Amino acid sequence: MNAIRRVFGLVWILLGLAAGYFLEVLQSFALFEKGGMDNVVPAIIYSFILAPLLTGGMVIFGLYALQNEYQR
Amino acid sequence: MSETIAPLENEGKKLRKVIAASSVGTLIEWYDFYIFGSLSVVIATKFFPADNPTAAFLSTLATFAAGFVVRPFGALFFGRLGDLIGRKYTFMVTLLIMGFSTFAIGLIPGYETIGFLAPVLVLILRLLQGLALGGEYGGAATYVAEHSEPGKRGYRTAWIQTTASLGLFISLLVILATKKSMSPEAFANFGWRIPFLISIVMVGISYFIRKNMDESPVFQKAKDEGKIVANPLKESFGKKLNFKFVLLALFGATMGQGVVWYTGQFYALSFLQKVANIEFEQSNYIIAASLAGGTGFFIFFGWLSDKIGRKVVMLTGMLLAICTYRPIYQAMYETADVSLKTEVVGSRKVTTDYMMIPKSVDLKKIIKTKVAYTDGTEMTVEETGLVTLFPGRNPVKPDIKKTIHVGSEGFWYLILLVFIQVLYVTMVYGPIAAFLVEMFPTAIRYTSMSLPYHIGNGIFGGLLPAVATYLASKATAANEVAKTAGQQIPFDKPYLEGLWYPIIIGGVCFVIGLLYVNGKDKEIND
Repeated sequence: MNAIRRVFGLVWILLGLAAGYFLEVLQSFALFEKGGMDNVVPAIIYSFILAPLLTGGMVIFGLYALQNEYQR
Repeated sequence: MSETIAPLENEGKKLRKVIAASSVGTLIEWYDFYIFGSLSVVIATKFFPADNPTAAFLSTLATFAAGFVVRPFGALFFGRLGDLIGRKYTFMVTLLIMGFSTFAIGLIPGYETIGFLAPVLVLILRLLQGLALGGEYGGAATYVAEHSEPGKRGYRTAWIQTTASLGLFISLLVILATKKSMSPEAFANFGWRIPFLISIVMVGISYFIRKNMDESPVFQKAKDEGKIVANPLKESFGKKLNFKFVLLALFGATMGQGVVWYTGQFYALSFLQKVANIEFEQSNYIIAASLAGGTGFFIFFGWLSDKIGRKVVMLTGMLLAICTYRPIYQAMYETADVSLKTEVVGSRKVTTDYMMIPKSVDLKKIIKTKVAYTDGTEMTVEETGLVTLFPGRNPVKPDIKKTIHVGSEGFWYLILLVFIQVLYVTMVYGPIAAFLVEMFPTAIRYTSMSLPYHIGNGIFGGLLPAVATYLASKATAANEVAKTAGQQIPFDKPYLEGLWYPIIIGGVCFVIGLLYVNGKDKEIND
């Protein structure tokens, strides 16, 4: 089980990076370009709240998992 | 440390008082927080005029910032205080801040009277509400857990867990009762202030109950032994040994719990009103009845988590939720879908009214169509357009508002469908206070458990209505574009697209919880 926990660390890192790419590049940039309150508000939420949390948090969590920090 | 605090089994009365004092205060804080959201439409007309972009921006800030950004800051600020000076004094401060902020919102003159100062003051008070809420929950949960005997911590802290749903329930009841007791004009003029103003009475009572309580015995012992850390923030988030558990609490528990919580209560209400078009009062009754029926299960699942483990109860709730959300929301949609119902012959009534528009030569034309269906459902369609006296002017697209009052059978069926979602909420939320408390040592418990809780709930959960509504409206827009172009529509059921957010977030959280969370850690006297 500890080996699975460790291998999944890579999954969380990739998932964090993918979430960051999706939220920043595919969503936020397009929404900022469109302009208007209806688009800018979700763009701000994606760029400055969700993306940093998901990407930063998941990458660190994945690194810890890879380093066997969660083994029992 | 394995030394155990003397069991409090013989001090049942004192323990009940601890739970009551903590729960009532937290309940009032949730009530205060929710009435702002529940009265947001009225508040917007009084303080944030839609035709003024700056006021509209302040309104958006008041909605998003207080719920999402400020709550985690409150968790950090008050969590640190709670770990330094004690649980009791800290959550008394949060109670007072919340009470006075709420009361003050009820006193602020409208935009028409004092101009921009009005929305600015409301925004500041709303931010204070968010800050206070961020500090309250962790304090109450820690305080009760540290008073509880081992083996009953899930059951005892589950009383704190009922407060969020009860706060919402009471806020809905107070608003409905205030509305019923006066004319719509009186409510719009001053009646909306009453739910804010009565908060001060409740806060006063709660303050005097809490004032006479003792400090948490576990914290007091740690303080007496000099085990309080000088910098709880650095200790919690600067050291890998603790920070890895903060991340695990967030990604393996509170993130999924947050989205299940918000889907079962807030998105369900939003879906009933905006997608299924069920009228305001009936949709609120559906939510209130489901909450009333489901609230007792917080206690049950808290108790069950003492017997079979927190992890299994919470993850089962999460798994059931992500697997059944789509069929549940499909059933909710179909229950109100009049295209699946049989119209009562001769029931269709159409009336047309014209109204003068002040300072205009145009007339407002309102066509009202009422239709009854064999299952007791009634639909009202109000089409408001303009009749212009200038023949050359472009016609204005009429505003169409559809409201549905479902029949008795549909009403009870919708209560059942929302009740099932509330059950999922009770499964993931009932044991979580005990789970978080048991994850961290006494010296940094308040700080460490508050932050993941408020990020999971406030950010991942709190953003749910906005993100889910955005996803659903994007799918609807894509369908309309495809229809116009004569292509096949890309989304078969666009109204269900918003559910992908809780399903994906809940799914990731489930896997992380299953792999990494240790369901056996129950010692808190360290």
